Amino acid sequence: MTDMTATMAAVPATARRKQVRYKSPTVRGRLPVLILFLPPALLLFTLFVILPMGEAAWYSLYRWNGYGLPEHFVGFRNFEVLFNNAAFSQALINNGLIILVSVLLQVPLALWLAMMLAHRIAGVVAFRLIFFLPYVLADVAAGLIWRFVYDGDYGLVAALAGFFGAATPYVLADRGLAIYAVLAVIIWKYFGFHMMLFIAGLQAVDRSVLEAAEIDGATGWQKFRYVTLPLLGSTVRLSVFFAVIGSLQLFDLVMPLTGGGPSNSTQTMVTFLYTYGVTRMQVGLGSAVGVVLFVICVTLAFGYKRIFMRHD
Amino acid sequence: MTDTTSSARMTAGTRLYLYVSLSLIAILVLMPLVTTALGGFKSLGDLRVNPFGLPSEWLWSNYLDILFGDRYWRQMLNSLFIAIMTVTLTVIVSAMAAFTFAHVKFFGSNQLLNYFLIGLMFPAATAILPLFIRIRDLGLLDSYWGVILPQVAFGLGMSILLFRNYFRNLPEELFQAAFVDGCGYIRFFWHISMPLSRPIVSTVSIITFVHSWNSYILPLIMLNTEEKYPWPLGIMVYRGEFGTDWQLVLAFITLTILPTVIVFFVAQKHIIAGLTAGAVKS
Repeated sequence: MTDMTATMAAVPATARRKQVRYKSPTVRGRLPVLILFLPPALLLFTLFVILPMGEAAWYSLYRWNGYGLPEHFVGFRNFEVLFNNAAFSQALINNGLIILVSVLLQVPLALWLAMMLAHRIAGVVAFRLIFFLPYVLADVAAGLIWRFVYDGDYGLVAALAGFFGAATPYVLADRGLAIYAVLAVIIWKYFGFHMMLFIAGLQAVDRSVLEAAEIDGATGWQKFRYVTLPLLGSTVRLSVFFAVIGSLQLFDLVMPLTGGGPSNSTQTMVTFLYTYGVTRMQVGLGSAVGVVLFVICVTLAFGYKRIFMRHD
Repeated sequence: MTDTTSSARMTAGTRLYLYVSLSLIAILVLMPLVTTALGGFKSLGDLRVNPFGLPSEWLWSNYLDILFGDRYWRQMLNSLFIAIMTVTLTVIVSAMAAFTFAHVKFFGSNQLLNYFLIGLMFPAATAILPLFIRIRDLGLLDSYWGVILPQVAFGLGMSILLFRNYFRNLPEELFQAAFVDGCGYIRFFWHISMPLSRPIVSTVSIITFVHSWNSYILPLIMLNTEEKYPWPLGIMVYRGEFGTDWQLVLAFITLTILPTVIVFFVAQKHIIAGLTAGAVKS
């Protein structure tokens, strides 16, 4: 895991500097610097990241309302409850769906746009800015904006439906539609980030290779398929990695849009944790969700890196 | 800008295809934002019959009422305070730790670095309940520090990594020259490493600031008093209060995202580089 640093390089040429191993001279004052410089980070990190994660594993075996000490040991009952809970199953399905859409729609869309913006045409910079803008906005603001867009009485979708003479759809109140509405917002919000990754990756693609392919009579598609795409391999893998990890922690965007509703149809793991764990102070159940999320994240991150990013 | 198609003579057809596709997507991206900003100038009735177009009558009062009240400014200041403290602490704490990983040889330094990198693998939300209980037991509930300290802690993994890689790539000669001259680690850190690290300080600051400015789940769980709410919590409360008075909600949303939009357009190069390079390099 130490070489996580070097493994994830979207821009091979620049990122892959030679790692110089230090033959640092023995300098006086090694102890003072260690005593002064390490503890603040160590303390904060242990207290607020590592210990809570360990405690989540511990609390998940109890039924506890957060006051006093956890005493009512229930074994794996919380996990049983969780996996028999329809809302949590829906959350798992939704998280899977979000990953699928992010990887299969958003990443290709981002790559397509990056390819178009690689042309030397006027206005490229402006387009790039516009496409990146949603990414810098807060998820909560984006969620509320889209809540207006989807609003059945005042929103844009209602007006569009009216224009075409269709009945007003209450998109976010529709059990079947709501999740697709959320997915559309996810794409709108995040594609710009992936596009930027690809733009950076494309800048490192050697033009002479493309010219050589062109001289050999390669068509546009062939150049893309057999030259650009393979050279972008590490960027694609990185982009997919971010899409997967990002999808798993989705919360801020869903809360203002649907809050996980209607009737749990847009629940994600984290909104489920909030709704059933935090607001009801069911510490055991909420911690169990945390443990499941942790296991999924770590398994995916390690598995993905081992399988796909071994050589990056 | 590299030209990856490498065709010097682009046909008019290609050009048309590019502009049409790019413009269509730009419209899809901007439409929600533009209609939100315009909606803030409309009356509710106007919004209902005409959500897309220009206001039939420009109603400045929606915006002015918010700007002359103290609610909006209080939320902005709360967010600003939390973000500035988070950035300052993150930069200082992670630069110091990263310096020891980059320059000081000590037993277990690799293992300790890996320990910090664990933080990159799971989202803060996983341990949010135990974190809430810890903050409560420390007496930090409903205080800014209850938000700031966990934010700093969760940013450490990535910041330490970025700083360490940067420190390691500084020319080794500097280091040797300084030590031959009898300079100690701590002076080296303050007088040589940090002044040379402005690019990475700015990357870490931008990532941390944007994260903190936009953050929702931590303040949602740690703060109870509305006077202390940062703006993402504030707009949710505002919407809850004004329910279907969409024109007011839209004006409020527009004003809260305005600082982000302005700063983004002014410092776009730094922000894009910071947010993407930061992700790539870790």
